[in-house]
Amino acid sequence: MYGYMGKILRVNLTNRTITKEDLDFELAKKYLGARGLGVKIMMDEVPANVDPLSPENKLIIASGGLTGAPVPTSGRYMVITKSPLTGTIGISNSGGYWGPQFKATGHDLVIFEGKADKPVYLYINDDQVEIRDAGHLWGKTVSETTKTLQEEFEGCKVLAIGPGGENLSLLSSIINDVDRAAGRGGVGAVMGSKNLKAIAVKGSKKVPLYDEEKTKEVSRAKVQVLREDPVASGGLPSYGSAVLVNIINESGILPVKNFQESYTDEADKISGESLAEKHLVKNSACYRCPIACGRVVKMADGSVVGGPEYETIWAFGADCAVYDLEAINEANLLCNEYGLDTISTGATIAAAMELYEKGYIKDEDIAADGLSLKWGDPKAIVGWTKKMALREGFGDKLADGSYRLAESYGVPDLSMTVKKQELPAYDPRGVQGHGLTYAVNNRGGCHIKGYMISPEILGYPEKLDRFSLEGKAAYTKVFLDLTAAIDSIGLCVFSTFGLGLSDYVDMYNAVVGDIYTDESLLEAGERIWNLEKLFNLREGIDSKADKLPKRLLEDPIQNGPSKGHVHKLDELLPEYYAVRGWDENGIPTEETLERLGLEEYKGYIIKEMA
Amino acid sequence: MITVEVRLFATFREGREKKYMMELPKGSTILDVLNKLQIHEEEASIILLNGVDGDSRRELSHGDVLSLFPPVGGG
Repeated sequence: MYGYMGKILRVNLTNRTITKEDLDFELAKKYLGARGLGVKIMMDEVPANVDPLSPENKLIIASGGLTGAPVPTSGRYMVITKSPLTGTIGISNSGGYWGPQFKATGHDLVIFEGKADKPVYLYINDDQVEIRDAGHLWGKTVSETTKTLQEEFEGCKVLAIGPGGENLSLLSSIINDVDRAAGRGGVGAVMGSKNLKAIAVKGSKKVPLYDEEKTKEVSRAKVQVLREDPVASGGLPSYGSAVLVNIINESGILPVKNFQESYTDEADKISGESLAEKHLVKNSACYRCPIACGRVVKMADGSVVGGPEYETIWAFGADCAVYDLEAINEANLLCNEYGLDTISTGATIAAAMELYEKGYIKDEDIAADGLSLKWGDPKAIVGWTKKMALREGFGDKLADGSYRLAESYGVPDLSMTVKKQELPAYDPRGVQGHGLTYAVNNRGGCHIKGYMISPEILGYPEKLDRFSLEGKAAYTKVFLDLTAAIDSIGLCVFSTFGLGLSDYVDMYNAVVGDIYTDESLLEAGERIWNLEKLFNLREGIDSKADKLPKRLLEDPIQNGPSKGHVHKLDELLPEYYAVRGWDENGIPTEETLERLGLEEYKGYIIKEMA
Repeated sequence: MITVEVRLFATFREGREKKYMMELPKGSTILDVLNKLQIHEEEASIILLNGVDGDSRRELSHGDVLSLFPPVGGG
């Protein structure tokens, strides 16, 4: 099998040992790379119920077979661990340039075990791998850390945590290339709990290709498709992902004030169009990406930095009723520098604002911080973000997310989360299929692992009635499985705006060998989804956690074009379990496990669930 | 005559206004608006009439809000 470098790095931080193991190609064939392989290792090596922030948890950083290969959007890598925010499997994806550079060192993935007794970073220069002291980096921001390491180790690419991860914020992210984030699930805190500050990589090795000519030919054809696709070549490069602000608002599903409202007259002030008009310097691309959706923006002080994505603009913007792009840019920059997830950070501030509005949080609780929790206060989103990363004052209470915050006041229903992870920027009451993906997501509230907004709002690959339930369960399943496959082969899910399943099979087969059909690649995605589900079941996270916040199920949307709708999860969930081949309790049946080649976990479920 | 609010987004704003209050004869359709704005029907990938999917043959009523988008994606 080609496409893989054939080596796994195992770094035990407690004993300070580094070992190299051969990649099991049979496993790579079955579970693909990146996400799939990482989940398989987590499942088999980490026992049930470990504390995610203890040395017993493992942190896996993994590339896929196509990461770094000469095919479009191959700049992705995955972080796989047990999430401290949700207690579920943690799977977080990032782009940029770090992933391909890591793979060029000759390793497919690195497994971190244990905990270093003091801050360290991992140095990888091709075959030379060392655990080095990071005392001088601890406490530094991501850009400071990156700059320091690039001075010490010329030409390296840096992945790092900021103070957010060091301080074990459950909302902390891992950042690479200064402004690309493996954002969700608190993966930064796992890295921080291991006293691991950064991974600096520089490699010179090429991804081995099964058929070089075929790879070139297939790649050229797919780049052409993306260049001709109106979304991938028009809307995304011109306006970035924030092109969605207006369409989501015009559809009446832009959550405002912690999902109390779903439409605002002020959306255009924070839209992708306004960002392009007032702040955009240029767009930016990840490794081998013809789409280039990234934003480079000019800040109020004249500095030029990575700009906000749609979800970020929503979380700090509409969700907090802040319609001020300068403040949103500032909060976004702080999240990159301090290593926090923009969605969960903004949404947690929004929940705190509702708790304040309703009198749970009192003026005296926040008086010493010198910041307000009033809707629409631009100073609040910037100020609280920094305090959350540093766990200063009331920021300490916010740093672990809205669920734990609202629960501490006895009102967990005011947290707009699934499995304790903040929901992203679409009100599911007006997009029934997308709401189902929120409820059943293996990593908690998530929009990207099965993006039903695509057919329900944007019309790709076909337009579905967003309020209808018909066929949504089956559609959702395919989207979730396809995303699992794309994450695992090492490509970007944004490529799906132009490419379909067969395109991925063409590219993967040219690089790894003629192994897959459309059916078998999609089935590998389904296998990965089921394995993640088994991981969660083992942790005691069962169908009771496949739910949406009460507000979204019981309170009809208050205003705008989707007014009057609620989410009908109770009707969708049984159908979803059925199309998955799971029983009525959402547990994969023995037949399903056999069909997917997961029979080794048959007795295991019974044993672990008992 | 009827008055319809037409909102344009993304690349449709290039060389046009963001918003028009259009006076139209009774019986006008979404297609008439597209023609008036010189937007090809196939370019208008997403047509929202009062926030829900609209067909270009649909007849407009006084006070309608029509939102027009070229193909867009994100997330």
